[in-house]
Amino acid sequence: MANYLLEMRSITKTFPGVKALDNVNLQVEEGEIHALVGENGAGKSTLMKVLSGIHPFGSYDGQILYKGKECHFTGTKDSEREGIVIIHQELALVPYMTIGENMFLGNEQGSAYKINWNETYAKGNKYLRIVGLSESSQTLIKDIGVGKQQLVEIAKALAKNAKLLILDEPTSSLNETESKHLLDLLLKFKEQGMTSIIISHKLNEVSYVADKITVIRDGMTIETLTKGEDDCSEARIIRGMVGRELTDRFPKRESNIGDVCFEVRNWNAYHPIYSERKIVDNVSFNVRKGEVLGISGLMGAGRTELAMSIFGKSYGDNITGTIIKDGKEIHLHSVEAAIRNKIAYVTEDRKGNGLILSNAIKTNTTLANLKEICNRGIIDKDKEYKVAVEYKEKLRTKTPSVEQLVGNLSGGNQQKVLLAKWMFAKPDILILDEPTRGIDVGAKYEIYCIINQLVSEGTSVIMISSEMPELLGMCDRIYVMSEGKFVGELDGQEATQEKIMAMIISADDGSHLVDDLEADSEKTNEEEVVSE
Amino acid sequence: MNSSSKVLDFVRKYTMIIALVLVTVFFTVQTGGKLVLPSNVNNLIAQNAYVFVLATGMLLCILTGGNIDLSVGSIVCFVGALSAVFMINAKIDPVLAVLLCFLIGTVIGAWQAFWIAYVRIPPFIVTLSGMLIFRGLSNVVLKNGMTISVSKKTGFMSVFGGGANCYFPDYIGDRMADVKVPKFIYDIYPGLPPESKFNITCLVATVLAIVIFVTMTVLNRKKRQKKEYEVEKFVPWCIKLVVISLAVAAFGFSLSMHKGIPSVLLIILGVVIIYSYITSNTRVGRYFYAVGGNEKATKLSGINTNKVYFLAYTNMGLLSALAGLITVARLTTATAQSGQSYEMDAIASCFIGGASAYGGIGTVPGVIIGALLMGVINLGMNTMKVDQNMQQVVKGLVLLAAVIFDVVSKRGGKLIAKNT
Repeated sequence: MANYLLEMRSITKTFPGVKALDNVNLQVEEGEIHALVGENGAGKSTLMKVLSGIHPFGSYDGQILYKGKECHFTGTKDSEREGIVIIHQELALVPYMTIGENMFLGNEQGSAYKINWNETYAKGNKYLRIVGLSESSQTLIKDIGVGKQQLVEIAKALAKNAKLLILDEPTSSLNETESKHLLDLLLKFKEQGMTSIIISHKLNEVSYVADKITVIRDGMTIETLTKGEDDCSEARIIRGMVGRELTDRFPKRESNIGDVCFEVRNWNAYHPIYSERKIVDNVSFNVRKGEVLGISGLMGAGRTELAMSIFGKSYGDNITGTIIKDGKEIHLHSVEAAIRNKIAYVTEDRKGNGLILSNAIKTNTTLANLKEICNRGIIDKDKEYKVAVEYKEKLRTKTPSVEQLVGNLSGGNQQKVLLAKWMFAKPDILILDEPTRGIDVGAKYEIYCIINQLVSEGTSVIMISSEMPELLGMCDRIYVMSEGKFVGELDGQEATQEKIMAMIISADDGSHLVDDLEADSEKTNEEEVVSE
Repeated sequence: MNSSSKVLDFVRKYTMIIALVLVTVFFTVQTGGKLVLPSNVNNLIAQNAYVFVLATGMLLCILTGGNIDLSVGSIVCFVGALSAVFMINAKIDPVLAVLLCFLIGTVIGAWQAFWIAYVRIPPFIVTLSGMLIFRGLSNVVLKNGMTISVSKKTGFMSVFGGGANCYFPDYIGDRMADVKVPKFIYDIYPGLPPESKFNITCLVATVLAIVIFVTMTVLNRKKRQKKEYEVEKFVPWCIKLVVISLAVAAFGFSLSMHKGIPSVLLIILGVVIIYSYITSNTRVGRYFYAVGGNEKATKLSGINTNKVYFLAYTNMGLLSALAGLITVARLTTATAQSGQSYEMDAIASCFIGGASAYGGIGTVPGVIIGALLMGVINLGMNTMKVDQNMQQVVKGLVLLAAVIFDVVSKRGGKLIAKNT
């Protein structure tokens, strides 16, 4: 039996309504690079949050053994004292502070009454050289690119005397050269005895650096593959990630698909802050009446950005492209115009962007379509109440009354209120972004039933989801998106998780196969295209 | 729900009303009943008229996301100064002068609102600058410290609540014999001036107000029951109805023994009723709450949030102008020092009255209760002749306590916030 640096034993973590981790085991040997792979929401990040103490001891079940001792971390301070440092997917640097200040934030050099700036910047420079950066540690963070910022994060971790480095999707915002540099750096550290855990979607990178690969699915450890012993090919890993049975978790639906009623052609959008970054890259697609159209892709593929840029340009800059609805071109310059044209977008982040938690269910239900219940600007409260009750019953929202504040509802019921709000806007095209994220299986089933009901009434649904089984179970057609582009189109019947994953991954490799696919599927559109 | 959590729930829901009652009782006892003398009840309204008006406008700004308007005191002073200059120096007809003042107030509001809503300069900065600008301009208009008396403009004075004759005329009482206050009332109000008589119009108006209120509430309940909507339980509903009616009765009765209905009370009632209605019954009103509750969600619901900010601050300018006219009338002169720290009174009333410092929560009636609470504390301490400086200390502590209570009760009773 090898000597483990870290052992996590039967970790179980429950959030209200969801079991995020279910008896997860993870064993990491000293001096290895251990990869954690799994679909979005499989529980990788949660597991690492448990390890680093962000989910403190006591909020989960199970044991964490580090260097053979059991650990009770109650915060990142505790785990960092032991040399366990986590680098999150979203960079946690303060843009208007220098590299040095950021590196020692919360770990200031000198005494509490006098920061030793000479030491701060000298040490800063030292760690910057280790990660291969030639910048001065007095440079402001905002003045260096994202790739270098990621390296600063690593330098920051080294400055904390990291023994075990945890990287959550470290390359998700990096280009290929930057990614390669970062991965090589990890390999170099490994030779010097550093242990790393890397979470990544990019399986080619995983195969490149990892000694062991642990696959997590639905909050459970599925298997651990060892390089040299097991087959570690991408296909093998994918099978581990997605291999699950599809029982009747999805209600049946009689498809009644009509003609194309909504079409987007050559859609482009740029990042609102980094204006050179193209977030949506020449995307074209169409939806038919009464169809459920899926958009699949990994986190950061640009699906939400695509949807929001269509929905009244609510995301992105320099948006170009054509939208055709019912055979007529429409211009959606504001959300109000989108709603007027009977397009609705149910946001992915229901608490942040979707609902007003401090308001009642009825107020939330009517917010997007107040005109309907108003008479010359004055709200007909009777009508509002009736509408709220009608939708509450239609969606079977569990609440004692529609006067209840939305903040007091469970996730599944909040999602239903959000759906009600947009159903009341009576859209022809309903865009659902992660409609079942973070809600339990029962509520999911109910939401699928609502979707079926809507399409049977002639609404077209565009469904963005990171849960592939959900897309496969619900959609008539699936587009696959990767890095801002549509890289493939699959019929709902013939689509499989392996096919989708393969499309995404081959697109990541820069293979041209997908471009051909796209060209094929979009051939009809190509003829009418006027280039921007 | 067990009985102790029922009590807690009740306390949480009616905190400020309970506080208002307790404070009133406390000062009534401490001042030997002087606090509730008819003349003092009248003072409570007259002295705080500007607070009621400004706090109502401030509520809209705070609703949009805890944003405050620091410039209102200066605008009050500036518009007040202008009204005097128009009426006295330029000899413009008072009606026209008043209209001009409202227009100027609105334009000032719109000026600030533009920077806040469309250019997205933080409200704190824009209104801080407004505070300086309009204080300075007041001095310019009044040619460095000159004061202008408006006491000759009697029509203006009586409408906006200044001078000796600023009461709603006793149309009914004038046409009949005087009704003297009976003996036993003097036992209840030992400080009442001898030979007091009732203002009949005020009594009639009070009775009318109660009748209208009770009928509307009962009809509304009937209507809701018929449509099978939720209604409050009968007993608490009844108690509420009776308590409010009694409060109105006591208030009206008190005023009738003084000089009747102060004209400024009618202005306040108008503002309160109009803005209560706007905030609770109109589409625009709904938007204020939505923006403060979650601006992103509001934008994604197709609402122009810039416009909402614009409206809130433009309206604040309009109401500041109204408060400016009221202030000039009450002081009978325009001076460059008036209106100082009025913004703080308005802001404090909002937060004491339950508006959330993060926006999205708060009601006009709540804010009025908050303003009344501050007013009673002021009046009580003045009557008790508490040192001015200590008065400020007390008011500061009351404000802090009110907001702490709000924040902590929302966190489920935990005093210390988590550090994550």
